[in-house]
Amino acid sequence: MSEIAEKVKAIIIDKLGVEESEVTPEASFTNDLGADSLDTVELIMEFEKEFNVSIPDDQAENIATVGQAISYLEEHAK
Amino acid sequence: MELKRVVVTGLGALTPLGNNVADYWNGLANGVSGAAPITRFDASKFKTQFACEVKGYDPENYFDRKEARKMDLFSQFAMVVADEAVQDANLVEGNFDPDRVGVIWGSGIGGLRTFQEECVNFANGDGTPRFNPFFIPKMIADISAGHISIKYGFRGPNFVTVSACASATNAIIDTFNYIRLGMADVVVTGGSEAAVTEAGIGGFNALKALSERNDSPETASRPFDKDRDGFVLGEGAGALILEEYEHAKARGAKIYAEVIGGGMSADAYHITAPHPEGMGALNVMKNVLRDANIKPEEVDYINVHGTSTPLGDISEVKAIQTVFGDHAYKLNISSTKSMTGHLLGAAGAIEAIAAIMAIKNSLVPPTINHFTDDESFDAGLNFTFNKAQEREVKVALSNTFGFGGHNTSVLFRQFID
Repeated sequence: MSEIAEKVKAIIIDKLGVEESEVTPEASFTNDLGADSLDTVELIMEFEKEFNVSIPDDQAENIATVGQAISYLEEHAK
Repeated sequence: MELKRVVVTGLGALTPLGNNVADYWNGLANGVSGAAPITRFDASKFKTQFACEVKGYDPENYFDRKEARKMDLFSQFAMVVADEAVQDANLVEGNFDPDRVGVIWGSGIGGLRTFQEECVNFANGDGTPRFNPFFIPKMIADISAGHISIKYGFRGPNFVTVSACASATNAIIDTFNYIRLGMADVVVTGGSEAAVTEAGIGGFNALKALSERNDSPETASRPFDKDRDGFVLGEGAGALILEEYEHAKARGAKIYAEVIGGGMSADAYHITAPHPEGMGALNVMKNVLRDANIKPEEVDYINVHGTSTPLGDISEVKAIQTVFGDHAYKLNISSTKSMTGHLLGAAGAIEAIAAIMAIKNSLVPPTINHFTDDESFDAGLNFTFNKAQEREVKVALSNTFGFGGHNTSVLFRQFID
C-alpha cells in the first residue's frame, strides 16, 4: 500500500473512530463508516491539510469511499 | 387556570468537589475546597494561576472517542450530569411521553475552548479559512440541550438560557413555569460551564474579578471575609429533573423537594458592578417570596450568590437584611462558592442541588475560609462559617446574579404530600 493510502486510512480511523479492518477501499464514509455530512466535510479538510491540496467542492462530492479518496489524493497530492 | 405543583425527582452533579451528587454533597458537608493550580493550560504568565477544576475526568469513561471529539467540554459535562439525573429519576422508556419531556439548560458562555482554538488556528494560518465543520455546533451555548434531547429522544421544549452567572437559575425558573403551566410533564434542567481556558482566566483577570491569591488557592474563595479579593473560577455542571407532581406520583418517583417559587429582576445599573444598595437583589428576593406566596419568616436557609468579591457580597447582604428584617438573624446563610468556586452559568444548578440536599439531609453546608470578620457585615448574621450546621431546613432559597445585572432566585420546600 502506498504511503498516501496509509495516511488516508489513519485519518479515517482517527476521525470516524472506526476499526482498521472496516476501512476497505469500497467502504463508503456515510453508508459503511457511520459518517454524517459534517464528518465528511471534516475528512476532506483533513485530507487538504495533510496533503497540502485544495479540493474544490464539486470534486469533494465525488469522494465518497476510501478508495476514491486514495486515488484522488494519489493523483493530486504535492 | 390552576397551576400545577412541580417537584424535583432526580439530580446529577460534576463539580470541583466530586463527580457525582453523593461525592459533591460529601465535599460540601465536610467543607472541602475544590481549588488548585490550573492544569488545563500553562497559566504561569496569568495573574491568577488557580481555579476550581473538575478532577479525574476522563471523557472516555463516558463517550466513545468520536462522540467526545464533537463536543466541547461544557457539552460533555452537560451529558454526564443529565445521565446521572435521568437514571436517578428512573426515567425509563414507557414511564413518560417523550413529546412531554423537555430540556432547558443554562450556560453563561458555551464552548469557549473551542472558540479560542479555532480562532487561534485561523490567526496562525495564511488567511485560508480552514474552520472545522464542528466549530459552530461545538461552540454555541444551546448545543448542550440539543445533545441531551438527541441522546434520550426527549422531544418537548428545548433551549438554553444565557444570563451569565444566573443562567442555570433562569433555566430552572423557566422549567418551573413551563411545568406548572402544563406545557411539559418532565424537564431536564440545570447548567454547565467549562471556561477554565486562557481566554476565560485572562478575560476575568482583565475585569479584576478573580482572586489572585496564588500562594494559597484553597483559601482564596472566602466570601464575607475581610480579606476577600475576588472569585475563583470553577467548572462543571449540575442537572435537576423537575416533574409535574401528579406525573411523578403516578410513576412512583422519589421526590427530593418541591419547587415553590421563581423570581427575576434586573439591576438596570452597570454591566458588571452590582447595585450598591443591592436593589436588584432586594427585588428578586421579594419577587420570589411573592411568587411562592410565603412569608420571609418561613425561609430557613439562603444559599447566597456570595462570590467573594468585595462589592457583591456587601450588596447581597444589605438586600437580605432589608427583605428579611429581624428574621435575617434566624437564617442560615452560606456561600458554597467558598468550596466549589464560581461555576458561572452552572452555578445556579449546583447551588440548587446544595439547597435541596440541605433540605434532604437537615444540614446546612458551610461558608469556608473565614479568617477575619469584616465590619461591613452585621455580626448577628449566621454565615455558617467554616463548619456545616445541623438544622431542619423546610424552605431554602438560592440566589444567583449575573453580569449584565440579571438577578434570579428560586425557592425549594421540603416535600409534604
